[in-house]
Amino acid sequence: MLEIKNLTKKYDQNVIFKSLNLTVHDGEVLSIVGPSGIGKTTLIKIMAGLETADDGEIILNGENIDIKGESSDTNIGMIFQDFNLFPNYTVIDNITLAPINVNKQSSSKAVEQGQELLESLGMLDKANLFPYQLSGGQKQRAAIARALAMNPKILAYDEPTSGLDEASTHQVADVVKTLKKRGVTQVIITHDQPFAEMVSDRVFDFATEVKR
Amino acid sequence: MSYLTTILPSLLAGLKTTLGVFFLTIIGSVPLGILVSLGMKSPYFTIRWLINGYIWIMRGTPLLLQLIFIYYGLGMMGIAFPRFEAAIIAFIINYAAYLAEIFRGGLQSVPRGQYDAAKVLGFSKIQTFFKIILPQVVKIVVPSFGNEVINLVKDTSLVYVIGLGDILRAGNIAASRDVTLMPYLLVGLIYLIMTAVVTLLLRRSETVLNTWR
Repeated sequence: MLEIKNLTKKYDQNVIFKSLNLTVHDGEVLSIVGPSGIGKTTLIKIMAGLETADDGEIILNGENIDIKGESSDTNIGMIFQDFNLFPNYTVIDNITLAPINVNKQSSSKAVEQGQELLESLGMLDKANLFPYQLSGGQKQRAAIARALAMNPKILAYDEPTSGLDEASTHQVADVVKTLKKRGVTQVIITHDQPFAEMVSDRVFDFATEVKR
Repeated sequence: MSYLTTILPSLLAGLKTTLGVFFLTIIGSVPLGILVSLGMKSPYFTIRWLINGYIWIMRGTPLLLQLIFIYYGLGMMGIAFPRFEAAIIAFIINYAAYLAEIFRGGLQSVPRGQYDAAKVLGFSKIQTFFKIILPQVVKIVVPSFGNEVINLVKDTSLVYVIGLGDILRAGNIAASRDVTLMPYLLVGLIYLIMTAVVTLLLRRSETVLNTWR
């Protein structure tokens, strides 16, 4: 369970959000919706350790996540809006690089696990391609597999449907539902209201439910 | 033809010096250039200030003058290096400054998101640099790096100023002794062969690096 308590973020005098409270239960799919530029991405960047917060706490399964020091653990996996795959590695190497180097897994075990992930996302035939050879939707699934390979407790998506056509959007929805069945907790930042309603258990409206 | 075979041994002896300066400069200036380019992003003002001063001096004065200063100038101040070592030091610190600027440009072209992705996946700063950032920088800088390497092939001829016998000097001696331009033609040909080899190697590395984009 992820609990965000009284979280406050300011840039100088500019308050992005104030005393934000939000709970995400295990296995839940939560969408955070609202127009662009109101701080949704800032919130998941704080969760992932890429930004600091000014006040409050984030507690994951009873343990405090450091929100001041920008230190990152791998409990929260993130799917970036433009995926940020490593262009110099093939899909399978993108997925296995962190398990091998960070978790010190053997490369055969990491590759095996990576192939399973790709298989479950219908991407096994793309394992040896480089990111530039993939479509937008395929890049996204590669990024999802890369994040899942580190067994995060929560998977956070930043605008997963931006720039995707309707067919690809439905594929993303399928992936989210598949992962939900496997018990993966997911937080989705989106301004796509229909998509949010299609995939999530609960929708958090950043525009109306957040104090500034 | 028989004339060429008589001067060839002295030219090849000069070539050894030329190649020695060339390879030792590459080996020394690449890692130093990377370090300096990282230092330019240092959070400490003093380090950035020192590095900018160093680059300003290296790029702002002729390499010929730097050679003279390091060999004769430092020699007069009691810091004496043998000729060859003095030449290597001058070339390495000069080329490292140019390469540092090239690497800095390469580092800046790697998108911020690559660092974010690496951080979220738990990579340390050192792993991020060597496994993720540096390979992308290498690909970006190969063309401009190649330019510097070809310049270096020809710049090695500057070592004559501190009395080192490189290939151009060997050709020079033969030409004035025998009153003919043939040695110069031969020397020119050897430089062309060296730059052709460098060009081919660079093309090949670009092809290899183009397996990804």
